[in-house]
Amino acid sequence: MTMEKPAMHNFAQVLEPSPFHDRIVAHTLTQNWAEWNGYQTVRVADTVASEYFAVRSSCSVMDLTPMEKYRITGPDALDFLNRLVTRDISKLKPGRVMYAVWCNDKGKVIDDGTIFHLAPGDYRLCAQHHQLDWLLLSSIGFDVTIAKETADIAALSVQGPTAYSVLAAAGAKGLEGLKPFGIIETEMAGIKLTISRTGFTGDLGYELWTDPDNALAMWDAIFAIKHKGLLDVRLIGLDALEMVRIEAGFIMPGWDFNTAENVVRADHDRSPFELGLDWIVKFDKPYFTGKKALLEERARPARRRLVKLSLEGNRVPSGSFLFDRKDGTNVGSVVAHMWSPILKTALAYGDVELTKGALPDQLWAEIYYQKELKWRLAWAKCTVHSAPFWQHERRSKTPPLTS
Amino acid sequence: MTKAKTALVIGGGHNGLICATYLAQAGCQVQLVERRDTVGGGAALHHFGEGYSVPALAQMHHPLHPKIAKELKLDAPAPAPASAIIALSREGQHLYLGENGATGTGLSAEDQVAYIAFKQEFGAYAKALGALYLNTAPRLKDFDLADGTVLAKLGWQLRFGLGRDAMREFLRVGGMNVYDILNEKFASPALKGALAAQAVLGNHVGPRTPTTALNYLYARFQELQGPASHGTQIADHLRDAASDAGVSITTGVAVEQIMVSDGVATGASLSDGRVIEADIVVSNADAKATFLNLVGPAQLDAMLTHRISKTRTNGDVSKVNLALDSAPDFAGLNADDLRHRMMIAPDMRYVERAFNASKYGEISQAPVLDIACPSAVNGALAPAGHHVLSINVSFTPYRLKQGWDEGRAVVLQKVLDILEDYSPGIGAKVVASEVLSPVDIEAQYGITGGHWHHGEMSIDQGFMMRPVHGTAQYQTPIEGLFLCGAAAHPGGGITGLPGRNAARRILAKAAR
Ligand SMILES: Cc1cc2nc3c(=O)[nH]c(=O)nc-3n(C[C@H](O)[C@H](O)[C@H](O)COP(=O)(O)OP(=O)(O)OC[C@H]3O[C@@H](n4cnc5c(N)ncnc54)[C@H](O)[C@@H]3O)c2cc1C
Repeated sequence: MTMEKPAMHNFAQVLEPSPFHDRIVAHTLTQNWAEWNGYQTVRVADTVASEYFAVRSSCSVMDLTPMEKYRITGPDALDFLNRLVTRDISKLKPGRVMYAVWCNDKGKVIDDGTIFHLAPGDYRLCAQHHQLDWLLLSSIGFDVTIAKETADIAALSVQGPTAYSVLAAAGAKGLEGLKPFGIIETEMAGIKLTISRTGFTGDLGYELWTDPDNALAMWDAIFAIKHKGLLDVRLIGLDALEMVRIEAGFIMPGWDFNTAENVVRADHDRSPFELGLDWIVKFDKPYFTGKKALLEERARPARRRLVKLSLEGNRVPSGSFLFDRKDGTNVGSVVAHMWSPILKTALAYGDVELTKGALPDQLWAEIYYQKELKWRLAWAKCTVHSAPFWQHERRSKTPPLTS
Repeated sequence: MTKAKTALVIGGGHNGLICATYLAQAGCQVQLVERRDTVGGGAALHHFGEGYSVPALAQMHHPLHPKIAKELKLDAPAPAPASAIIALSREGQHLYLGENGATGTGLSAEDQVAYIAFKQEFGAYAKALGALYLNTAPRLKDFDLADGTVLAKLGWQLRFGLGRDAMREFLRVGGMNVYDILNEKFASPALKGALAAQAVLGNHVGPRTPTTALNYLYARFQELQGPASHGTQIADHLRDAASDAGVSITTGVAVEQIMVSDGVATGASLSDGRVIEADIVVSNADAKATFLNLVGPAQLDAMLTHRISKTRTNGDVSKVNLALDSAPDFAGLNADDLRHRMMIAPDMRYVERAFNASKYGEISQAPVLDIACPSAVNGALAPAGHHVLSINVSFTPYRLKQGWDEGRAVVLQKVLDILEDYSPGIGAKVVASEVLSPVDIEAQYGITGGHWHHGEMSIDQGFMMRPVHGTAQYQTPIEGLFLCGAAAHPGGGITGLPGRNAARRILAKAAR
């Protein structure tokens, strides 16, 4: 185990600028910033609508640098990761990426993230939240080196139907053969970088990883395509990402559910089963943290579930309670919601209590809304979805579709 | 769990032997594997020099709880004659602190009266706590009927066994340090020094450390079982009992790995290459050794592994063995006095200062010496006319700044220097000597940190949290794997209770 001495807090500049900061500032017309893992991050660069449609109909660029990144190496790297997460990492081949969650001893989810198998025995874990303490704690007895490399890598997420065309035009080599969840070491406009075909949009998209010294050159190579008038490229912020990730069916730890180890009240944390992540819990692999608890949980009828909902009507269920019928019994509440421009419907994630392991026959959202400052109540019937609300075939076709 | 038929006991300390005997008498087929050449662990006999023997670690101990002899139908060993702690004095004004009274030159009448009252008072508290020591510590969560019964017994004992006023007093002193308690009761510095040393010995605490009242109560509970004797026979006694019950004992072979399949312990692999399969695996090794080395973190949850790895297990006591060519001579002590437990801890500040050094990774300038002369009772331990001294030296921390390669000689010299003050000329009698530092104890007895109790005895590591919550109640997260040693409730010393309670837990579970 190695630990770096943490940098001193800089009181003059509380939020860190990312290596792309100079360019981001120039593209951020609203100066609408947010904090993400200590970085100054764009919430909205221009308008949410234009950014959303950049993802859905052209090419969007988002600064991924603040995403927590950890490098995991050493003889026990695989065993360590396999004991950490609920999926079987022995199935993750070099050059591939896997989505995973990790749990505490009680089988409650601490965070989710992606694991990159960069080279044999050399892994990168990307997580929404700071995880170094949990990783170090989990490393007792394993011969691994865990290094936080968040600030050592500049990363951009390039997503949208024309993402491939933009990157190819910018000079990225070898993308045509890159399959979803694949990684290549390549070059773009003379810059060495790593490109993975990953993202949170349910569409074609890539994530680009490079040395911070290359950050501005990498940015410029991509935006040159826009400046030449070839294809549109737009900077997007967290608000647009929040929309597309809901459409694409991704959950956000800390927003859609309380992350374990941060919860104060009993039963306010969530297991992978309760989040609908059954598909990534593998019991036919070596022991992992929470396995015993999850086996016990699975043996009992499920008590609650995070479900994807679409709603009748045109109102969004902001903070709504959910009921088993109109004016019926409260069975849960909405934890994320949006109006989906592309699907033309209201979408939500609901945290719903089950009865004997089953959802109620019906789900209704109680929606409070205002008309010229006057509050009104409406009921909207919900439909439960098991698949992501939106997923384009572009997401999985190789070579990528270029329209 | 289906009815268990075969059991593997890892380690033949007194607790392992007792647990194995209970299981065998209940009809299990029991194999016991001990990594040393003899069983007994800290209670074994240890040979050194040419023709000298001493108790391995537990140089003096009180009898096992009488329930063990009764339940196992063992021949109870002949009761030892009354014994005392002698608070040694440089000037020959020794105090005799017995079960029923204290005597000695210069001890005031008030202190003598107060001593009797103190022993009775703390005896009553210790007896009340017996409900806890003799049973599986109740869980606070997922409470079952048995847990409720133990708490009810404890509550009953505290409230009605003690009476209202005594219970109130118990609640007051339970969280206190022995320094304040002894100062409330007594005037004699020598008396207080010896009692304070008795309370703190074996743990990383000084007399002024909070809750050392509980450490004293644990010692007091052991005293209630009868007079102390030298730990030279119990290992053979328990080995024979185990063999008679049908336990098959292998020595000189270590368990290297506990095999776990789908969360269930299935047996263990041994240093001789063999694999033993068993329905039940019971470990007499400490919690860190059991979980971190024998099971391995890869089979355990991360937070549990972390909690176990963070338990405080660094020992502070070294054992110094001396072979003498003639009887030691302490001015004012007669030959018969040598069978008692002799303590060099002239006052409480001395003990507290001795502890201070260990906080900073240093050997005490003037350590506490807990001295036994087992050859005074058992002539077979040394050639005719010769004697052995077995000395617990505190404080000598496991993590020693100067390193133990240098530290051993420092400890030996300090012990000889102090002894010379109390028994002039003793240094010239020494014909062989040996220092077992906590690091040596770890290596030779497989006890992580060389800790007297296989882990600090403190509120946060005691009772239902011993060794850590999630493994208390002798059970572990691994189905079929149990703890039966000093790391489990109620803790270390020669009591046999962890072994007995573990066996009862295992059998109760199997009967379900
Ligand atoms: C310096 C010192 C002085 C002490 N003095 C006293 C005293 O005066 N009076 C008193 O009452 N108590 C004393 N104690 C405490 C007492 O010795 C212990 O608390 C007691 O021995 C614990 O008994 P046990 O059976 O649980 O474990 P142990 O006696 O430690 O026995 C455990 C056994 O398991 C074996 N083992 C461990 N790992 C393996 C493996 N992987 N495979 C096979 N076998 C294994 C060990 O070799 C050992 O024989 C002292 C302790 C120390 C360290």
